[in-house]
Amino acid sequence: MRAKIATAMALCLWAVTLAGGPALAEKQGGTLRVYHRDNLPSGSIHEEATISTVQPFMAVFNNLVMFDQGKKLNSAETIVPDLAESWAWDATRTRLTFKLRQGVKWHDGKPFTAKDVQCTWAKLTGKDTADDFRRNPRAIWYQNVKDVAVNGDHEATFVLGRPQPSLLNMLASGYTPIYPCHVSTQAMRTNPIGTGPFRFVEFKRGDVVRFARNPDYWKKGRPYLDAIEWKVIENRSTRILAFIAGEFDMTFSADVTVPLLKDVTSQAPRAVCEVASTGVSTNLIVNPSAPPFNDAKVRQALALTLDRKSIIDIVSQGKHSLAGVMLPPPEGSWGMPPEMLEKLPGYSADIDKSRAEGRKIMAGLGYGPGKTLKVKVSTRNIAIYRDPAVLLIDQLKSIYIDGELDVVDTSIWHAKVTRKEFSVGMNLTGVGVDDPDVNLYENYACNSERNLTQYCNKEVDALIDRQSQETDVATRKQIVWEIERRLAEDLARPIISYERAATCWQPHLKGFVLHHNSIYNNWRFEDVWLDK
Amino acid sequence: MGAYLIRRFLLMLLTLFGMSVLIFVMLRLVPGNITDIIFDSAGFVNPAQKAKIERQLGLDQPIVTQYVAWIAGLARGDLGYAFVSEKPAIEEILPRIPVTAKLAVLALVFSVLFGVPLGVISAVRQNTALDYVLRVVSLSGLSLPSFWLGLLILMACVQWFGWIPIYRSTPDNFWREIALLSIPAAAVGFRSSALVMRLTRSSMLEVLRQDYIRTARAKGASDASVNYEHALRNAVLPVVTIIGIEAAFLIGGLIVTETVFNIPGVARFLVEAIRWRDYPIVQNLVMFIAVVVVVVNFIVDMTYVVLDPRIKYEE
Repeated sequence: MRAKIATAMALCLWAVTLAGGPALAEKQGGTLRVYHRDNLPSGSIHEEATISTVQPFMAVFNNLVMFDQGKKLNSAETIVPDLAESWAWDATRTRLTFKLRQGVKWHDGKPFTAKDVQCTWAKLTGKDTADDFRRNPRAIWYQNVKDVAVNGDHEATFVLGRPQPSLLNMLASGYTPIYPCHVSTQAMRTNPIGTGPFRFVEFKRGDVVRFARNPDYWKKGRPYLDAIEWKVIENRSTRILAFIAGEFDMTFSADVTVPLLKDVTSQAPRAVCEVASTGVSTNLIVNPSAPPFNDAKVRQALALTLDRKSIIDIVSQGKHSLAGVMLPPPEGSWGMPPEMLEKLPGYSADIDKSRAEGRKIMAGLGYGPGKTLKVKVSTRNIAIYRDPAVLLIDQLKSIYIDGELDVVDTSIWHAKVTRKEFSVGMNLTGVGVDDPDVNLYENYACNSERNLTQYCNKEVDALIDRQSQETDVATRKQIVWEIERRLAEDLARPIISYERAATCWQPHLKGFVLHHNSIYNNWRFEDVWLDK
Repeated sequence: MGAYLIRRFLLMLLTLFGMSVLIFVMLRLVPGNITDIIFDSAGFVNPAQKAKIERQLGLDQPIVTQYVAWIAGLARGDLGYAFVSEKPAIEEILPRIPVTAKLAVLALVFSVLFGVPLGVISAVRQNTALDYVLRVVSLSGLSLPSFWLGLLILMACVQWFGWIPIYRSTPDNFWREIALLSIPAAAVGFRSSALVMRLTRSSMLEVLRQDYIRTARAKGASDASVNYEHALRNAVLPVVTIIGIEAAFLIGGLIVTETVFNIPGVARFLVEAIRWRDYPIVQNLVMFIAVVVVVVNFIVDMTYVVLDPRIKYEE
């Protein structure tokens, strides 16, 4: 018996030692060197909708809650406390109260209080007009937030117009940092102040962004790194070669495309590269007010000619995911199963049959080999936009549509789409969190500013509201899939594919976990260390 | 000479005025402005917010008012505020100028140091194996784009030495910086050196056939004395002209070289500013380049007097 107890105790001790092992190995110090792919617009996360800002600047801030930086998939189950120590819904599920951490300081030494939470949402919901954001791309996320009430310095309550379980997911996104009341929005763009593990040091436009360890960080013992340096290298060949040469510890998020991955892994065989979904979809945009696309039959024929698989095969060697509106499984929690997806209009595996049907529709409208429909296929002048657009033009020929590529300067792309100066276009859309509220409200709700095609269907809006209030996941999924069906029938921004690409890092970079269903939420870097 | 200098100075002012109008108008003719681009990074455009930002930036003012405000600012030494970084434009431009200036000077030095002697050798050894090799080198210099050459250099360095000669941070001393910049300078200067080499060769060949060269040889002057003291001095005038022109064109080559070697200079910054329609940066930078080009041409004209005492601008 004694021997058994002794053995059990020894095993326990061994297990404890093993569990504690990695913690002992973590090393303090060093500068993390990462390259940045382009010239980031500003340091104000709330005003931007690009990974270019989120990835470097997320480390400056804290959220109320965040997605566990150590888990690969973001979901409601992986939400952990950040500036909020705990949270609770009331019985009506319309009041979400956060108990806030005490003793937290902004990087300028001022104390963090519940007022800062209130101020942040006053700007996001448009209540603070005195010092509002220049632009507010995710205002739609918080349309249901009627007020943020404070109770003392350490309690904030979100008052909602109706129940919305997904609010927590949105609050956990890298796009949702808490801003200080006492710093102007202009200063947040150029010299941001946060409570996060790293302080902003300098931002030399087109050159470098530097952050230094916050010695007063509220999470004791973190961060491990002394500094992070983001070097802007716009030329892709140069930056990939620099990573191969060991100049950088990490690539920019999802910067290594599938065709490039072979080069990187063969020339830097020790590098760790993970292919993951970026949460970015390639989608077709159709202007329903531009004749002849105001005719639903033409739009239907357009859907029937799409051969998504061949586009995926050519562009990504088959690695991108065939998808509907929501990110598909296995990474996505809300995407339709493949057998259900195949039944949506335009998703049939029998492309020849679909195209024959499409040709029949077009023939009925008077088009044929002798009389083709001439259209301009507009897209942004960036390779990842242009490549699928060229393939689309080829596919349109099968239904008597003669497409011409209309390459639009990247700087005026959104302005042109907003003014509806296009007939058919190829577009890319990034989704911050794999959640129906984020994706559906942002891109398909009637009142969303980021609903580029201004698609508006009141019935779909009602369904979006319904799924948003649903607490049962299985029921919510059914409603989301019903919305997917409606959107496919209406040809509302049909999704061609969800993109997958690789992020690489050197083997001495430890404590970093790449998220596999979003590129926007895992850049806090507080657990990352360098084994040098 | 004094009257000539005043004439040249007035002409320079007129040229710069013309340039300023041209830059200002052309920038505003390009579709889209900074507000479109600011919104582009947010993935949408809100017309009301766009109009508000345009008001803040003074873009709602008549174009003449905007032009007068810019020129008045320039006269006071105020370059305005960069639209994107929201910092004084001078703070954005000034640190980048020395980097590009060093690179440009190094590239010019490279083109002269290689182009002139190799051109002379090629002419003196006309129709020999060495001449053929040098002509092939000069032809390849003219036909290889500098960005491609730059990438080849980077790939070779990574492949063979496991090291990449890009500009990661400002080197801690002047000589290290010069050493780091010498590789991109060679990439961008290769084309100019090829041009200088070909021009030196043809100019030398022409001069070497002149009577006074034959006379010098007849008087017993050494080959070196004939080639370098008599021939080269007379052959170098068109070469100086082309070096002046190349100095102006260098900025084009520097844009790609700065991009490939990731050098934070003004050339790459200018392209970026154009892409963002950051008017205060673009206007002031292009004006600065115009001033440099005008001044370089003036220096070239003055060099003629030194090289050929027969040239008198007063006459």
